Amino acid sequence: MVTAEATPFVGRALKRKEDPRLIQGISHYVDDISLTGMLHAVFVRSPYAHARVRSVETSKAKVAPGVVAVMTGADLGTSIGMVPCAAQIPDMKAAPRPVLATDRVRFVGEAVAVVVAEDRYAARDAADLVEVDYEPLTPVVDPEKAIAKGAPVLFDQYSDNIAYRWELEGGDVKKAFEQADVIVRQRIVNQRVIPVAMETRGVLAEYKPGEKTLTIWSSTQIPHLLRTQLAAMLGTPEQFVRVITPEVGGGFGSKLNVYGEEALVGYLSTRLERPVKWIESRRENFQTAIHGRDQIDDIELALEKDGTVLGLRCKVIADLGAYYQLLTPLIPTLTGLMMCGSYKIPAARMEVIAVLTNKMSTDAYRGAGRPEATYLIERAMDLAAAELKMDPVEIRRKNFPKAKEFPYATPTGLIYDSADYQTCLNLMLKKSAYKKLREEQAKLRKQGRYMGIGVCTYVEICAMGPSSAMPAGGWESATVRIEPTGKVNILTGASPHGQGQETSFAQIGADVLGLDPEDVLITHGDTAVVPYGIGTFGSRGTAVGGTAAYKSLVKLREKLAQIAAFLAGAEPDDMVFQGKKIFSKSDPKKSVSFQDCVSAAYVAKTLPPGVDPGLDATTFFEPTNFTFPFGAHLCVVEADAETGDVRVKKYLAVDDCGNVINPLLVDGQIHGGIVQALGQAMFEEAVYDEQGQLITGELTDYAIPRAGDMPWIETERTVTPTPVNPLGVKGVGEAGTIGGTPCFANAVVDALTPFGVRHIDMPFKRERIWRLMNHGKMMNDGKRGSAQSPAGGAKRIASKPSKPTKAAKVKSAAKKSAKSRRAK
Amino acid sequence: MAVEIQLQINGKSYHSKVEPRLLLIHYLRDTLGLTGTHIGCETSICGACTVLLDGKAVKSCTVLAVQASGGVITTIEGLAATWRSGGNGNGHGAANGGGSLHPVQEGFWECHGLQCGYCTPGMILSSVELLQSNPNPSESEIRNSISGNLCRCTGYQHIVKSVQHAAKKMRGRKG
Repeated sequence: MVTAEATPFVGRALKRKEDPRLIQGISHYVDDISLTGMLHAVFVRSPYAHARVRSVETSKAKVAPGVVAVMTGADLGTSIGMVPCAAQIPDMKAAPRPVLATDRVRFVGEAVAVVVAEDRYAARDAADLVEVDYEPLTPVVDPEKAIAKGAPVLFDQYSDNIAYRWELEGGDVKKAFEQADVIVRQRIVNQRVIPVAMETRGVLAEYKPGEKTLTIWSSTQIPHLLRTQLAAMLGTPEQFVRVITPEVGGGFGSKLNVYGEEALVGYLSTRLERPVKWIESRRENFQTAIHGRDQIDDIELALEKDGTVLGLRCKVIADLGAYYQLLTPLIPTLTGLMMCGSYKIPAARMEVIAVLTNKMSTDAYRGAGRPEATYLIERAMDLAAAELKMDPVEIRRKNFPKAKEFPYATPTGLIYDSADYQTCLNLMLKKSAYKKLREEQAKLRKQGRYMGIGVCTYVEICAMGPSSAMPAGGWESATVRIEPTGKVNILTGASPHGQGQETSFAQIGADVLGLDPEDVLITHGDTAVVPYGIGTFGSRGTAVGGTAAYKSLVKLREKLAQIAAFLAGAEPDDMVFQGKKIFSKSDPKKSVSFQDCVSAAYVAKTLPPGVDPGLDATTFFEPTNFTFPFGAHLCVVEADAETGDVRVKKYLAVDDCGNVINPLLVDGQIHGGIVQALGQAMFEEAVYDEQGQLITGELTDYAIPRAGDMPWIETERTVTPTPVNPLGVKGVGEAGTIGGTPCFANAVVDALTPFGVRHIDMPFKRERIWRLMNHGKMMNDGKRGSAQSPAGGAKRIASKPSKPTKAAKVKSAAKKSAKSRRAK
Repeated sequence: MAVEIQLQINGKSYHSKVEPRLLLIHYLRDTLGLTGTHIGCETSICGACTVLLDGKAVKSCTVLAVQASGGVITTIEGLAATWRSGGNGNGHGAANGGGSLHPVQEGFWECHGLQCGYCTPGMILSSVELLQSNPNPSESEIRNSISGNLCRCTGYQHIVKSVQHAAKKMRGRKG
């Protein structure tokens, strides 16, 4: 794929080059770096969700042992700019956030002061001595109540808490719903979750007054964007700011941001002329690093009675939290773009009402808006299948665009690049023995055992993305430098945090130049060394960053081919790079060693005319489109009526992420993504109480998946290369998170069908499942929907639990639907 | 008030005067510069700070340095050397020989048992403890045994494979 001539390293399950330092504990995350004279910062944070700050008294803290400085928002004045937001939606309200609150706090955990001391313990002690006088205000916690008339407002300059309204419509939605035989409706809550990277955030800043340079070590996914924003926030010329990203202990979007703490720690080092370190505690991480999801979605699907989907309507209430972080307002709009999923839906409309509440900001958490879209459409397809008494597989198959229809244009304005959904689904059905599973399910039901089979056929949007569709550039850079000793250095702007680019990019480099991956070093995460880049997020590292590297490699290969041909007396177009040699394809005796050719480029005595010395090439790769990976997942669960326990008996993921550079790494991404998806579906839920306290504020109260909770995941692949980049790769970092949640949810609902259950909101905790299985009632927090006929469609969804048993209710609803269906 | 403590860490003896409230993890990381052991939660849930204390996996974020005094500690930095010099990671045992990595470390490398690497040192030490007492664990025994160590990247499957790989290798060496 990369070079026809070489035995490719691309495609091989090579073990990772980055691992030896990580498995021996000799790598460096931010907190592993110590500088002489380093101070430690600890923040004083609001215990109230909504309050006026009357005063901040720091005198006791200032004289505490070891304390060097205590600063409040008032002390800072206008020294530091507001926390930046790169996303703009038309008519969006401003929600300015200072790095330290001055007169008002709007969520629990908002920083009001910072203490800097000689060691962490002294700083922590002194933080308790800062006295803040708060005047509590009524918190706005529930997003639906937040937009009701008379709700207290977060920002006094506005009359309500609606951050923005946004609509997206394509096709004739009105007509689609008029023509429908059946309309399926459901209110679906996609609960707020917390990313929980195992390494919390951390910043170390060192200002050198002589050189006037400010170096920031930060656990971030976006070193260059951070540098630009820090320069702007601090008013420091950008060339004096250097951001270094050491090892990053996971991100999942939570470090795809610019946080106030990063600027403030830099400012403190500049002011105090000493290095300052801040390491986030886990509680702070829960309260003050971005959250994800948090949508209430009312979806409606219009169908013909044969299962053909005619149209989709969705109203989304998106809880943005109190302020905007870097991409906060953008995320719900991504849900809109992807709402049609992998189906040919001719007309679709989404209305987003984005709401400000007294909570931490939501932002890009692994998948960022697309898991929400997939969850919506995949649940809706199952609801439609149930209503029409179709198999969930059949209704999906019926609505797929065919392989020959790609590139396929969606009514939401996207062009899906390439796909073969049928083949992918067929492989899943074959590998899972789907028919047999259904037979087993029927048999077990007769025995009073509740097995459920869930299917999800997702499509996601990756390789973010063309700059025209991105808030701050969608390209990626790479410089490739071949050193005089013949070793290769790829400097990539796609700064990784566990994805394994040091290995996968080395595989690409080795193939292009006929070398071993050991000869290729990947350098990243240092703005003084690496050309300006965007970062690793949105499943873009390989598809965009890898392509930039590939293009630079090819430029150098062309130059080396010229030099080698000149030295060997051959033609440049005929040169093959293989086994550390460059030789003529038609006459392999005409051969130069890679090293001799590189030496010639540097010694520069035997270069062909018109060829410059040196071996250095930079590419800024701008993709022409996103890529659209897809997959078919299957989950088999068994629900236990005695305990409410749901056990995953089987999970099969068939994914298509285009060409695969390293199957080991792709499997790792799929496994991790699915487990994160199951985490949301099974247990994860950021719970704020009525006072706006985050009561799931530690790992003691917020369950992320443990090894013992998780199933063995079988993976299979189909390969549909993308035409969007020369590597043919699509991206895989978020696939599992996008496909996994609805797949599991569909399985659980399927298991509970005998109890009259048609929808359950996440997380599917035991108690919720047990109640459904034992009371035969919909206990879905009293917020349930129903399948309705067009005649009943004008009325909103019934919200009271029904008196009769659920089974009976569903039956009568179906009868009603059948009656009111129009004759076509 | 400072308290005198004495510890054997990765085969070396240390005598220090510490604040009674100093956590073992901060003693290892900040006082001794052994930064291979990480802090993930401060509440004993995540296991990133796992070290072996007298051969048992403990979470050093909730052990005081003074509580550990008199103990023998193996951290990720010393695991391979302790193994090479004949320990099981608990400071005693038969000579093992082997390469520059502990078999569990090798397993994690071979089977892609890590992505960001942050949980890895703790995960490895918990696995080492498991294999000391159970040289041939089943998948569910491995999963249960590492349930006190959280990983957000891998989905655990490759970690399970890594431990199985190591178990096989260690059984082979002993046989």
